[in-house]
Amino acid sequence: MRTLEDVMAEGPVFAGLERPQLEFIAGCGRNVGFSRGDKLFREGDAADTFFLLRKGRVALTTHVPARGDLAIETIQPGDVVGWSWLFPPYEWHFDARAVDDVRAIAFDGACLRGKCDEDPALGYALLTRFAQIMIDRLQHTRTQLIDVYGDVSGS
Amino acid sequence: MEPVRTPVVIDLDGLDALIAALRAKGYCVVGPTRSDAAIVYEEIESASELPAGWTEIQEAGSYHLERRDDEARFGYPVGPQSWKRYLLPARVLLWRARRAADGGVDLAEPPAPERPYALLGVRSCDLHAIGVQDRVFLEGAYVERDYALRREHAFLAAVNCGTPGGTCFCTSMGTGPRAEAGFDLSLTELLDGEHRFLVEIGSERGAEVIADVPAREALPTDLGASRQVTDEAAERMGRSLDTLDLRDLLARNLDHPRFEATAERCLTCGNCTLVCPTCFCTSVDDVNVLADGSSERWRRWDSCYSIDYSYIHGGSVRPSARARYRQWLTHKFGTWHDQFGTSGCVGCGRCITWCPVGIDVTEELAAIRATDGEVDHAHA
Amino acid sequence: MSTATSPAAEATPGAMAPVPYRVLERRSETADTFTLSLEPLGPAVAPAPGQFDMLYAFGVGEVPISTSGAPTGDGSLVHTVRAVGAVTRALCGSEPGDVIGVRGPFGTTWPLAAAAGGDLVIVAGGIGLAPLRPALYHALGHRDDYTGVSLLVGARTPRDLLYGEELAAWAARRDLDFGLTVDAAPAEWLGDVGVVTRLIPTARFDPSRATAIVCGPEIMMSFSVRSLLERGVPKDRIHVSLERDMRCGLGHCGHCQLGPVLICRDGPVFRYDEIERLLEVREL
Repeated sequence: MRTLEDVMAEGPVFAGLERPQLEFIAGCGRNVGFSRGDKLFREGDAADTFFLLRKGRVALTTHVPARGDLAIETIQPGDVVGWSWLFPPYEWHFDARAVDDVRAIAFDGACLRGKCDEDPALGYALLTRFAQIMIDRLQHTRTQLIDVYGDVSGS
Repeated sequence: MEPVRTPVVIDLDGLDALIAALRAKGYCVVGPTRSDAAIVYEEIESASELPAGWTEIQEAGSYHLERRDDEARFGYPVGPQSWKRYLLPARVLLWRARRAADGGVDLAEPPAPERPYALLGVRSCDLHAIGVQDRVFLEGAYVERDYALRREHAFLAAVNCGTPGGTCFCTSMGTGPRAEAGFDLSLTELLDGEHRFLVEIGSERGAEVIADVPAREALPTDLGASRQVTDEAAERMGRSLDTLDLRDLLARNLDHPRFEATAERCLTCGNCTLVCPTCFCTSVDDVNVLADGSSERWRRWDSCYSIDYSYIHGGSVRPSARARYRQWLTHKFGTWHDQFGTSGCVGCGRCITWCPVGIDVTEELAAIRATDGEVDHAHA
Repeated sequence: MSTATSPAAEATPGAMAPVPYRVLERRSETADTFTLSLEPLGPAVAPAPGQFDMLYAFGVGEVPISTSGAPTGDGSLVHTVRAVGAVTRALCGSEPGDVIGVRGPFGTTWPLAAAAGGDLVIVAGGIGLAPLRPALYHALGHRDDYTGVSLLVGARTPRDLLYGEELAAWAARRDLDFGLTVDAAPAEWLGDVGVVTRLIPTARFDPSRATAIVCGPEIMMSFSVRSLLERGVPKDRIHVSLERDMRCGLGHCGHCQLGPVLICRDGPVFRYDEIERLLEVREL
């Protein structure tokens, strides 16, 4: 029977962490599920959780007046949703909506923050991993910005 | 007279008779003649139209004619034109098409030119240039139809070089000054004593033509004199070029600062591509003929220096002068090897002579070689 | 001496002469993109997946367009064309019954045989899906030749997606690992949002036995290749389709050069490791 630690160790986000660290983080985690269309969190809410998606996709969305809820990015299974729990003011910047039925591990960010303060090595390990996630997202967002499919004018 | 294959000697009258013999066989004889302060290649009807007693003085960005102190008929290096004017004309109709009543298409390609060309006065460098273009148009997966038709029936009468020019470097490129192969006839003008021409015969076709021209057997002294002409010419080249590993040198120096430096002088006028005997780039114009509803496709010369040469998706891939100059230089001396298995340059020097600002490819390549590995970080 | 032209040169039409094809159907894919189905009125042209034909609009001009249909054996052709200039606008404006000219096929093919025995990964951006569709058809029609087939499709917005009905059918197939994403979408869009490269890390293929074929705007291909490399697909098993200005397709006009290669003759499909350095040089 696979434990939470086993599942966490499989993905790239927590790879390379020592077993005690994994167990520690796993201790702050629990299995959760969302039905298609459910909101995982709302913009402005307190950000005390992050999710490791095991099954199903989650779209980060924002509400634009007269255009509705627009998806900014779709997070794939195996990836992590949420880093706002790491930085003040610990508030969500976007909505998150389950695009499929979602199975995920929800981690108690508030609890983890406290433990990171006590154990800087753990804090460093988590911070570097989340920094990598943010860099990835930034690269992809920049690619979206340059509009690779842009309008062409011809001869 | 029976066709012979051993060299013969003809005199000035014989030269005239050679032209007449070619014309009698139906050739349009194209040879050098003086026009507009230059020696150009035009149709000639007799030897009297040759630039007797004239030579060219060539340097970077400069060309003018001067009188010689003899009456040599071929006493000059190469003029601004090359033989591609006739083998790859600047504008050629490829085909004409009309939509048929049944919805299909009637397409007709023009026949070969009525009168094939006899090119008289082809320097060894230009002979090699024709060979370079043969590889592009005849030896790839597809044959260029118009070029093949003109080329197949073209008679090549080479003339060995006795007067190389200030910008010549055929010896560096291994393309002269002596014509060794690829000609129907090869003439060497001899001015020691009797004004005469040694004629070497390079093909059946050449033998047949010379059979109709009064000639005498070549003596060892004629052969020796002919050799001496080209041996001496080889010592008087105006330029030289170290071609060792040129392809690799250029391939690893694509971001060399010299390209930007020279691009600041380059006008991207494309003169070099016009006068170069191997430059072959063309474009097509598709037009409707309003009068009768047919469509035509024309092929015309194009130049990699023109801004729309590399146009795609709303922009040119090489907008800067640096990029276009680099394209020409690295193609000619480098990637031509990758694409066609030879160098693109035959050392004729025309690009040096006819560049309005006197950019000298031999100097450019030497400069890159001397600073191999430098990188232009601002433009890389 | 004879001045007659040789019989061989006259009898065979030159390679610059198009053959006539009739438009059977013109299907609208997006606001500016159309798929033409063509049948031969004369000699047949038979491109393999990855190759292109020169399509000629009478009196207007010619453009190189990749084949976007399966090889049929009866000479019929399918080409998806985006109207961006005079020639493509003329082609996209043609009606069933109109006659256009075709020359070809030219160029290199997608490495479908070489990819057999492993996973085939198809990454398509925008109009790049058109040259890849024949490869997908081949893979699905020879599904047992591959241990896995992934199709990852990206476009600007949902309205820029090609082959809408087929996309839905492909998404429903169990034998195809399918991913679809758009860069930006209105609220009604229920699919993925994000750049197509986002689909690569989680696509279901084994990098150690995968061959990737990529087509789209050059910059999209660069980013996709980077993602594939990060995932461990070797450089010599990633193939891209490049594009340059073409005027002849025969290796005679000089326009399509990219450094040492001629796109019409040595491409358009290239193995990434063979042209990687060329793509790094600005304005080459």
